[in-house]
Amino acid sequence: MDALFGKTLAEIRDITGEMGLPSFTAKQITDWLYKKRVDSIDLMTNLSKAAREKLSQSFTVGLEPSMKVQESVDGTKKYLFNTASGKYIETAYIPDKDRHTVCVSTQVGCKMGCLFCMTGKQGFQGNLTSTEILNQLRSIEEWEKVSNIVYMGMGEPLDNVEAVLKSLEILTADWGFAMSPRRITVSTIGIIPAMRTFLENSEAHLAVSLHSPFDSERKMLMPIQQVYPLNEVLNEIRSWDFGRQRRVSFEYIMFKDLNDSPAHVKELAKILNGIRCRINLIRFHPIPDTPLDTTSKERILEFRDELTNRGITTTIRASRGEDIYAACGLLSTKSLVKKD
Amino acid sequence: MHQHILTQQIISRNEELASGVFILSFRRNFSFQAGQVIGIGLEKDGPRRLYSIASGEQEPEIAILYNVVDEGYLTPKLSDLVEGDTIWITEPRGEFLYDPSPAIWIATGTGIAPFYSMLRSGKAENKILIHGERYLERFYFYDDFMEAFGENYVRCCSGESDDSVYYGRVTDFLQVTDELPPDFKYYLCGRAEMVVEARDILIAREIPFNHIISEIYF
Repeated sequence: MDALFGKTLAEIRDITGEMGLPSFTAKQITDWLYKKRVDSIDLMTNLSKAAREKLSQSFTVGLEPSMKVQESVDGTKKYLFNTASGKYIETAYIPDKDRHTVCVSTQVGCKMGCLFCMTGKQGFQGNLTSTEILNQLRSIEEWEKVSNIVYMGMGEPLDNVEAVLKSLEILTADWGFAMSPRRITVSTIGIIPAMRTFLENSEAHLAVSLHSPFDSERKMLMPIQQVYPLNEVLNEIRSWDFGRQRRVSFEYIMFKDLNDSPAHVKELAKILNGIRCRINLIRFHPIPDTPLDTTSKERILEFRDELTNRGITTTIRASRGEDIYAACGLLSTKSLVKKD
Repeated sequence: MHQHILTQQIISRNEELASGVFILSFRRNFSFQAGQVIGIGLEKDGPRRLYSIASGEQEPEIAILYNVVDEGYLTPKLSDLVEGDTIWITEPRGEFLYDPSPAIWIATGTGIAPFYSMLRSGKAENKILIHGERYLERFYFYDDFMEAFGENYVRCCSGESDDSVYYGRVTDFLQVTDELPPDFKYYLCGRAEMVVEARDILIAREIPFNHIISEIYF
């Protein structure tokens, strides 16, 4: 049975039209799905009994409960979900004072093969649908408290841009969750054509994984640099008007003696010149068998100050959920992947 | 705004080389460097996918290899095209390029394309090729590679055995071979699973990670 949850108003209009239901039914259904947030078609009580029966013959609401949840000492939680294709994904819930962030996955595994990322080590097993992306928000225990959403879980969001855009439409539309796009951030390693599609069709913030300003170094860390080099990604970003509210940020994982030198500060300031942005410094969370080391906390602070002195707004992202492997770069369901 | 220049090309060949693997070619009217990719789409404004060029820099035709992915958007349609049909392509791009220093090239599936392009461009000196496929019929460039590499062409076949091939995956071979010089460069091209696993094996076998150059397919 197909899921209604995760469909846009236009898609639901098509469904109700094909079923010969009154045209206003589609809006009633989206209200039940995204505002009143029911989990059963039977509970959509302003639909006629006949309409509910008709819908139930082909559809369910389609919410999937999590299979497992782990909680960190710092309050971060990691949820495990099953996908419709029988695969597994992880989602992180990160509470921080008044801010309740959900970090959603967009793919099972990832194709991008970044050297520092645990998800990349499991290869790629499939794209998530908009239903599966949004289910990670709706089916966690804390969903009513969620204030911010980051597309930074398993997978490269812009390698699944169609489903990501559909989920963003549902999150931000008046008929959907009606959430401000300023509370949503989509990350990418810089797939330029898909980034352009995202920027054209969404108002959500953009976060670009940078990790080194130098071409040869970035190639070692991120194979995508072979095809979409950073200078082209930055030129693309320069060509967009982000307005006053929309934000572009650059994620920068710090690796000891690799990308944490004064020369990196100087080059970052040079290549980001003219882009109103901020840099988020992230402590590297070591993964098994990695050849990379973590920059010391002292050096990360110095690096932040050096960038700030060059006029770049720089923050240090707090590491959360490291003890349950929920921190940046650690999500993985490799142990659950069935071998061919 | 940066835009990729698109041109329309007339297909001159679209042939199934092995079960589900096709070679598609059209007349070359631009220059490129072996190892680069082009974007291919059916319509000017439609979705495009990137493919490595699998022909030589000076050859009259540009060729690409593709696997038909049944649930994919493009490749089932691409496989239906015949000589005279048209496709839209972007200009060549990418930096997974030839390096004259000694290197081991490691490829699986259609990831062989950039290395075949380098070979056809006369850029295969000082190289060893380790090539993985599931079935023997998929070593479709066998004659050319054997002629160029001889003993330095290692075939790994995971689905069938034969006296002339290593029976197993490329990653199995990398675990057991004694010939992984630390001063060589290692070029990896293929599916993400192979690339990340092979890279981990090479690093575990003390190959410096700055000697490993990866191209991923997405």
